[in-house]
Amino acid sequence: MAGVAAWLPFARAAAIGWMPVANLPMPVAPNQKNKRQDELIILNVSGRRFQTWRNTLDRYPDTLLGSSEKEFFYNEETHEYFFDRDSEMFRSVLNFYRTGKLHYPRSECISAYDEELAFFGIIPEIIGDCCYEEYKDRKRENAERLQDDLEDNKDKKPPNMTCRETMWRAFENPHTSTMALVFYYVTGFFIAISVITNVVETVPCGTSTHQKEVPCGERYTVAFFCMDTACVMIFTVEYLMRLFAAPSRYRFMRSVMSIIDVVAILPYYIGLVMTDNEDVSGAFVTLRVFRVFRIFKFSRHSQGLRILGYTLKSCASELGFLLFSLTMAIIIFATVMFYAEKGSSSSKFTSIPASFWYTIVTMTTLGYGDMVPKTIAGKIFGSICSLSGVLVIALPVPVIVSNFSRIYHQNQRADKRRAQKMQKARLARIRISKTGSSSGFLHSKRNGLFNDPLELTGSIEDEQQLSKSTSLLESQHHHLLHCLEKTTNHEFVNEQCYQQSYLEAGQNYQSQSPSLSSQEGMTGTCCTRRSKKRHSPLPNSSVPSGALMHPLVHPHTHQHALQELSTIHIQPHTTSRSSLNMRLEEQHPLNCQSGGKVTTAIISIPTPPAANSPEGDAQPPAVPAHHQNIVKVSAL
Amino acid sequence: MYLEGLEMIGVLVVVVVFVKVLEHFGWLGAGYDDSVEDELEQSAVRHRPEGLEQLEAQTRFSRKELQILYRGFKNECPSGVVNEDTFKDIYSQFFPQGDASTYAHFLFNAFDTDHNGSVSFEDFVMGLSILLRGTITEKLNWAFNLYDINKDGYITKEEMLDIMKAIYDMMGKCTYPVLKEETPHQHVEIFFQKMDKNKDGVVTIDEFIDCCQNDDNIMRSMHLFENVI
Repeated sequence: MAGVAAWLPFARAAAIGWMPVANLPMPVAPNQKNKRQDELIILNVSGRRFQTWRNTLDRYPDTLLGSSEKEFFYNEETHEYFFDRDSEMFRSVLNFYRTGKLHYPRSECISAYDEELAFFGIIPEIIGDCCYEEYKDRKRENAERLQDDLEDNKDKKPPNMTCRETMWRAFENPHTSTMALVFYYVTGFFIAISVITNVVETVPCGTSTHQKEVPCGERYTVAFFCMDTACVMIFTVEYLMRLFAAPSRYRFMRSVMSIIDVVAILPYYIGLVMTDNEDVSGAFVTLRVFRVFRIFKFSRHSQGLRILGYTLKSCASELGFLLFSLTMAIIIFATVMFYAEKGSSSSKFTSIPASFWYTIVTMTTLGYGDMVPKTIAGKIFGSICSLSGVLVIALPVPVIVSNFSRIYHQNQRADKRRAQKMQKARLARIRISKTGSSSGFLHSKRNGLFNDPLELTGSIEDEQQLSKSTSLLESQHHHLLHCLEKTTNHEFVNEQCYQQSYLEAGQNYQSQSPSLSSQEGMTGTCCTRRSKKRHSPLPNSSVPSGALMHPLVHPHTHQHALQELSTIHIQPHTTSRSSLNMRLEEQHPLNCQSGGKVTTAIISIPTPPAANSPEGDAQPPAVPAHHQNIVKVSAL
Repeated sequence: MYLEGLEMIGVLVVVVVFVKVLEHFGWLGAGYDDSVEDELEQSAVRHRPEGLEQLEAQTRFSRKELQILYRGFKNECPSGVVNEDTFKDIYSQFFPQGDASTYAHFLFNAFDTDHNGSVSFEDFVMGLSILLRGTITEKLNWAFNLYDINKDGYITKEEMLDIMKAIYDMMGKCTYPVLKEETPHQHVEIFFQKMDKNKDGVVTIDEFIDCCQNDDNIMRSMHLFENVI
């Protein structure tokens, strides 16, 4: 909005175009109290002087520089505002005021930049699109790094751990105690044994009494069976111990590693249970395949494997894209090849699914040669197929690689730091120095770019409210919106109120009967339920104290100015509101606010006591002292 | 040699790809030159306004006010002229709830007095001078000019309806009371009842000025924005 702040006078002037069309009197324009000539102010940031117009800074009233908070930094002798901050980073802060866009200087450290923004009360979310990606990436990197730091501190053993907790800790971090280390190596050894056994079992072991060669497994059945039993027993014991020690058994059972454990040992037990029936031996053989899952148990022992798995998981979308595009290409080329080769005799391309094999082999540049196109068209399309295969596969791979590299390096860094014995000393030194210094920064400011401005009104009692006044810009802008409302005779409301009023539109807005709009209508429909209760006990005009006591839950009273234009009575309005035009705003009860995020402006305008108003005589309580207009306008 | 069916397609594909590659490298000279010309055109649009003294003479703004106006103008439009899209963009930022583009279009036409598709600083300042420092008659003239879309001297109901719809569009959807379809139409009816004295279905400039001068509300509101700068 900043840049267009300069165009506000233009927009206001153009509002003259609405005037002949409007049927209601316009609200009074906000006064420019002590209208000063625009002056240059000097901002001295660590010796480097920046100069800018005061108006430039006033564009964002809820930042440090735009509000009265900067007065705290005013230096009387030199007539400038002095800030003891980094002047390099101040440049981007000041440019934000000038251009309305916040940029992130890539050469700066991300946390330093964050702190500067927090100091000056600017939320980082408004960083422009040009720099936002970079900012987010750096921030995420930093957060991950910091998280690693935190995890290092887990090495300290907290006192008073139960046996169960000790066991769990031993399982998760094997280097914490000797027992854990022993256990770690033993299980690793047995995993290796088990895998080797499985492999060797199938090797042909030389001839026996039979003529054909037998795999070793069948020759030394007993030996292999004993090995298998031993391994499975170890694995079962380990699994049960882990299950016992886990802090949350249910979560442990659902974790990947435990599922792998279970799958690794199940085949053995199923094999025990099953009889040596010929029918099920086929299935039995299949089950043995699952024994190979034992090799995944190694991932507990190897950091690299875990990283690989994690990378693949985090690149799921790229992998999915790769798969999808490959599938598409395969289907296309298979179809084309099939029809191209249909004509030739003794063609291997007997159907489209049969051509899938050829396409896959060609696209991945394997080229087995078991299926080869013979026609010219087939050869042309075959070559196109292999060229495109190279491209399609090559594209997502760098993304996966860079992901893997990032995660891998992070882990390396974490490992290096863990290995440093001096880590503890460093932390201790930092702790000592920190307690010595005072806190540096202010807390971050309230979020958001919106204000709770006070509408300047014509009445005299509001003078004291002006001490809390907001920028002239805001009040002028709201006056402009107000004029538009008057021109069209409709008010801005927020989403929720609109939905509710839309639903209840049938009952409440009877156009032909102004009497209906009296008691019921005075309370807006969005707060009907709440306000109906509250509205009745309020007497006519002796209510200021009552209103003061419940400022927050005060009913939202509307003026149902005019539902349909046919019921307008212009004359009485103008006479009753002639010069007062007292606008009494009340704070919206919470159910009409859209939670801090903003869509539209809300202005509630109860009529001042007007005896001859055709709208009926329910009085809004006069609230002279509590003027707080919540006019939230987005993105300004 | 006789090529059949798919073979022909295959050969065609290869030839097409080849041609495209050649085009890209400019050997066939097809698309390359246009891009250079486009870039030149874009940078040529730059406008410097007349001197400060002349503008001071032509408008009713003081030197300082002109300076402030120009700084704001130049900030948002560094090239010195506003085209319609930028104009719509800027104006829409003041009315986030609704759609201000239609009204901005009419406004743009009202400001762009020489109808060359862009509003320069002079046009801008002249328009503002009338709106902020002009006499009532001048302001009413300007408003009439705004409403009279085809600039033929008469405001017809259709023109007024367009304007009215544009104004109501700026309110957006979430209003209280709920905006109905007929609201702009009714508003136009009221307007015509008020303004069209001889009931001939159009409003002329004299009827307009006459009627507005007799209406207190309108008179008062014309003075509303005097102190904007």
